[in-house]
Amino acid sequence: MGEENKVVLHGMWISPYSKRVELALKFKGIPFEYVEEDLQNKSPQLLQYNPVHKKVPVLVHNGKPIAESIVILEYIDETWKNQPRFLPQDPYKRAKVRFWTSFVQQQLCESLLTVIKTDGEVQQKAFGNLFEKLEVLEEGIKEIFPDGNPCIGNYNIGLLDLVMLSMFSPNNKIQEEVFGMKIIDPEKTPLIFSWLTVLHQLPLVKESTPPDDKVVAIFKFVRENALKSSLA
Amino acid sequence: MEDEVVLLDFWPSSFAMRVKIALGEKGIKYECKQEDLFNKSPLLLEMNPIHKKIPVLIHNGKPISESLVIVQYIDYVWNHKSPLLPSDPYQRSQALFWADYIDKKIYGGVGKRIWMGKEDQEEAKEELMQSLKTVEVVLGDKLYFGGESIGYVDVALVPFTSWFYTFETCGNFSIEARCPNIISWAKRCKENESVSKALPDPREVYGYVLQLKKRLGLE
Repeated sequence: MGEENKVVLHGMWISPYSKRVELALKFKGIPFEYVEEDLQNKSPQLLQYNPVHKKVPVLVHNGKPIAESIVILEYIDETWKNQPRFLPQDPYKRAKVRFWTSFVQQQLCESLLTVIKTDGEVQQKAFGNLFEKLEVLEEGIKEIFPDGNPCIGNYNIGLLDLVMLSMFSPNNKIQEEVFGMKIIDPEKTPLIFSWLTVLHQLPLVKESTPPDDKVVAIFKFVRENALKSSLA
Repeated sequence: MEDEVVLLDFWPSSFAMRVKIALGEKGIKYECKQEDLFNKSPLLLEMNPIHKKIPVLIHNGKPISESLVIVQYIDYVWNHKSPLLPSDPYQRSQALFWADYIDKKIYGGVGKRIWMGKEDQEEAKEELMQSLKTVEVVLGDKLYFGGESIGYVDVALVPFTSWFYTFETCGNFSIEARCPNIISWAKRCKENESVSKALPDPREVYGYVLQLKKRLGLE
């Protein structure tokens, strides 16, 4: 790859924030170099490219770094204007997508992480919070899917899809194994369930999803570490 | 056809001030409706049922919530003057990054911990100072974060400065002592009508907080 248009992604395979950027690049057909970061031993480049947060993902385009996953996704969409476009052209629809993306990122992801990293009463409360927020989203996205369930043909992946699918999946088997219950219940939140099913069946998403047992192992690992450090 | 623009506002809210500055920069005429956050209007509950918060911009009957989403909307729709975001994608990404930083590290609750005056006040003061120092470095010797004129990051941050007097008084410290360039930048911003009209008198903000503390049983 020449210096012209050199794209490097510093990521970590477990991180959903990193995953969404990886998928965005793949969906746009942008060739890139991937650097797997060890978060216990961050590379000097990562610390140089993201001195403020020292986190993944960081996209480096022609030597210039961009951090924060959603900022990166918007940058990708503006720089590579080919399909799929991640944001609608209509200003009102654009604002709606940004609003729901912010909701998923700040409220849903926060609740899910609390559920994963805690136990006992704190976890119970977090579950309640998470299900409440999922119901709000279920109602809210009726605007985005006015004709009911989304279908797979010619699906134009966008900002909200990328943020949602990197954090949530319709795989009830994994959810039951890790949490003892369904998180994305086809009966309680049917629209979210069918939306995530469509997203996770897209070939590019399917091929970058690790096998079930690896995903379960990740959750358990993150959970154990969090519970251990909260006892320290 | 005339655009109908309504803003659901609460005058001490830094989030709402962002929207007022953006509307001012673009020269947009709008109706400003004050909300009582202890007694929210049916209009607010209808226009922002999810968060029930201000600011809400209602453009020709359609509501938009979340202050920075609204500012981006305004910039996109009224793109004929005073662009707030740079057109270059990389410069844009940097502006979005710093606004996100400001949201997380400065607007994210550190102020409340200072004026509430509880055990975590000292820690909160230090956190605020560190974050302001970080953005002060980003400003460098530019007139504004946006360069020669007010931009997205200026709009995101300057409202918060109307609360500095409250923090300094409740926390007994001086922000100017550690971040003089932020203070001079804020003064420069206020020379712009869009900012001076949107920001309340800091002493009035302090008066509001004293009332709030009484209401919360903290005085």
